Amino acid sequence: MEILMSIVVGILFMSAVYLILSKSLLRVIIGTALLSHGAHLLLLTMSGLKTGAAPVLTDGVESYTDPLPQALVLTAIVISFGVTAFFLVLAYRAYQELGTDNMEEMKGNESND
Amino acid sequence: MSLLHLAILLPFIAAVIVPFLFKGFRSIHTGWFVLLVPLALFIYFIQYMPVTSSGQTVSKTFEWIPSLGINFTAYVDGLGLLFALLITGIGSLVVLYSIYYLAKEKEALHNFYVYLLMFMGAMLGVVLSDNLIVLYMFWEFTSISSFLLIGYWYDKERSRYGAQKSMLITVFGGLSMLGGIVLLYIMGGTFSIRELIGMSGELMADPLFLFAMILILLGAFTKSAQFPFHVWLPDAMEAPTPVSAYLHSATMVKAGIYLVARMSPVFAESGVWLWLVAGFGIFTLFWGSFNAVKQTDLKGILAFSTVSQLGLIMSLLGLGAAALHFDTLDENMYMTATIAAVFHLINHATFKGSLFMMAGIVDHETGTRDIRKLGGLVNLMPITFTIAIIGSFSMAGLPPFNGFLSKEMFLTGMISVFELDLFNLNTWGILFPVLAWIASVFTFIYSIMLVFKTFLGKPQFDKLPKKPHEAPIGMLISPLVLVTLVVVFGFFPNLLSNTMIKPAVEAILPSLPAAGQEVYVDIYFWHGFTPELFMTLGIILTGTLMYATLAKWQGVYNRIPERFTINGFYDRGLDGSESGSFKLNEFFMTGYMRSYLIYIFAFFVAILLSTLTVSDAFVIDTSNLAEIRIYEVVLAIVLIAGAITILFAKSRLTSIVLLGVVGYSVALFFVFFRAPDLALTQLVIETVSVALFLLCFYHLPEISRKEERMKFKMGNAVISILVGLTVTLIGIASFSNSQSFESISQYHIDNVYELAAGGNMVNVILVDFRGFDTLFEICVLGIAALGIYAMVNFRGVRREKR
Repeated sequence: MEILMSIVVGILFMSAVYLILSKSLLRVIIGTALLSHGAHLLLLTMSGLKTGAAPVLTDGVESYTDPLPQALVLTAIVISFGVTAFFLVLAYRAYQELGTDNMEEMKGNESND
Repeated sequence: MSLLHLAILLPFIAAVIVPFLFKGFRSIHTGWFVLLVPLALFIYFIQYMPVTSSGQTVSKTFEWIPSLGINFTAYVDGLGLLFALLITGIGSLVVLYSIYYLAKEKEALHNFYVYLLMFMGAMLGVVLSDNLIVLYMFWEFTSISSFLLIGYWYDKERSRYGAQKSMLITVFGGLSMLGGIVLLYIMGGTFSIRELIGMSGELMADPLFLFAMILILLGAFTKSAQFPFHVWLPDAMEAPTPVSAYLHSATMVKAGIYLVARMSPVFAESGVWLWLVAGFGIFTLFWGSFNAVKQTDLKGILAFSTVSQLGLIMSLLGLGAAALHFDTLDENMYMTATIAAVFHLINHATFKGSLFMMAGIVDHETGTRDIRKLGGLVNLMPITFTIAIIGSFSMAGLPPFNGFLSKEMFLTGMISVFELDLFNLNTWGILFPVLAWIASVFTFIYSIMLVFKTFLGKPQFDKLPKKPHEAPIGMLISPLVLVTLVVVFGFFPNLLSNTMIKPAVEAILPSLPAAGQEVYVDIYFWHGFTPELFMTLGIILTGTLMYATLAKWQGVYNRIPERFTINGFYDRGLDGSESGSFKLNEFFMTGYMRSYLIYIFAFFVAILLSTLTVSDAFVIDTSNLAEIRIYEVVLAIVLIAGAITILFAKSRLTSIVLLGVVGYSVALFFVFFRAPDLALTQLVIETVSVALFLLCFYHLPEISRKEERMKFKMGNAVISILVGLTVTLIGIASFSNSQSFESISQYHIDNVYELAAGGNMVNVILVDFRGFDTLFEICVLGIAALGIYAMVNFRGVRREKR
């Protein structure tokens, strides 16, 4: 399972990087969102998956899954939401002001895509 | 902090006060206040003379950074005191001279004297520090103050050029020297020169010894304008003449000489040292004197002459090192070389200082320094003429002036090379006396030129910008004092022998005087009919002959094309490095975010993959893998399909929907991975995100119509596949290695109820164990919210074209 998840994470990163390198602002933002999904899954995968019960104290349960990565990921999800929202509004406003969402045109160059 | 430290720092303290004096007392020339500083210091340092001449030294330590072995240790011995007296003595005369040279009405005197005092303090620091790091610090101070003084008339283009050139070359040398100092520290474990001298034997056996020596010599050679680094000195002549007299002939350029002399006990046993110092010195001597003859600017002649004389002293110090290979002082003729070096150092300061001041007077009173326009000034400026003739004849090595004595000793030292059977000197060594003789002939020629072309010959006053007349008395005092010394040292050289020269020589060659012996210095005129005497006669004859026929052979100077001169190399190197670095910068700083991201990702891949390989961290451990169930595979396929389809999505809406698919799949994975809190949060956040995306792009107008599919780019694809691969490998490797160390998670699991009284571990970690993290997370969200609010309400200037 962990190996499968590592491959999934790798593919998420690959798509994310490809999108981030593109010229359209929206694609860049989608890329960052994918990147954070990949990072979250990677964090969980690294500590081992499904090693026990859900990390809520229950009588008679000895083994729990690792709660620490989950706590980290929870923080990360919220932060990445904040960042994505910020990016989105930034892109939206830039689009409104500049009339384009192409990064090169924003610099004042003709798009040579 | 002792009085000695205060003495070194006094010029710096005075430099702080000078601008206020300049502003406060406009009617008095600021120089009069400044003059008190070197004068007081000269009187202070002369009190050390009895101490050093009896062979003792004074050392005062002020702890500065003791943990790094950097202490401000002021150390006065014969060599340091000689330089300190030169700095303060010539300094007093130069300040006095500058009072008449620089008019208080139109010059920025506060700048000038601040720089000058800064230099004085720095130079004292260089020659009186025992700690190499402190020495280095003061050394760079002299470079900076020299830069500022050369660029004093900064509205002149040549001044700026000269200042930059001197800065680049001397700071390059200074940095090399720092490297050498660090190497010495690595070898010896101390920055103290005296301690390093004590262990010179062990240092010589170290493989780093040679590198340290070469780096330190680079510092010395650049500072003392040795070939091929001499090119900065002629351009430094753009500085006001008092500065040229002070920094660029009497003191700062001798810092390199000082360094060589000071480090001699550490390095001089080595044959490489002897060859390098003596070889570069003798060639510089020749090259400087050869080039001086073609100059037409009085200060240009003096600049090249300084280069050549510095080479002379340097070569003597190099040959003086040969003395270390003889055990006794009797019959040790190589002592002569070192004695001559110290003696000539003093003589050079006196005659060259006076000549520079003479050139300044001529410039000041006639408005030009071009010897083609000058001539016949002898009747109008008799006192200046006297100064010039004494200074020049001493420089040419004519009796009865002090230059003759040191020139004779120099020739003795060079001839002695014949009898040396060390380091192959008896084969190639023949070059030393030959080059020395040729250089002396050229020295004779330019010395004569200096006087004859300026003061004798046909008067051509119509070419002069000003009507010439004798300088005011105040301007003449300083050069007169110096030429008096030239004559006095010429007739009574032994005034210096035991007071100055002997202690300095003992400091340069401390290992030589064996128990019970003393360095014996006795300088006199008549040696009998020795080879030296005949060489001098030959110099005078040949020199006179060549001066008379100067016009016939002057053409040789035009034979070297401008392209192949060292100046040409310097200029092209500077231009090349400027345009080269600009091009390099242009090449990778494209201004596109994409390029920078590519660098970041490429570096990410390179550094992580190489670390994985180097530390051999990549292992696949299949023993603890969780089992895979069929619906997990299905979900993984959905997720992968979503992530890849985004790449090919045509419209924005599709991309947003696909992003939502990926997000919800991640949430489902959280469910499978027994992370209920994560799953809940992810579901909520994903819903809000997708809504936000759609909201934003609902407002976006038509442009989405003409949207195209993303074009495939090979470079980007390679980078992203590599990043994906790296992350996969890291994921597998870190999972496989995760069993090899204790996790801190167990602590949280064990204590979640006792310490925090909660059952949901993730929540407890977030709000209790790692409460501050969560607090800051809220801050981040708050900042993002504020930013969004500001942006939504921001109404900037819209582009006209819409």
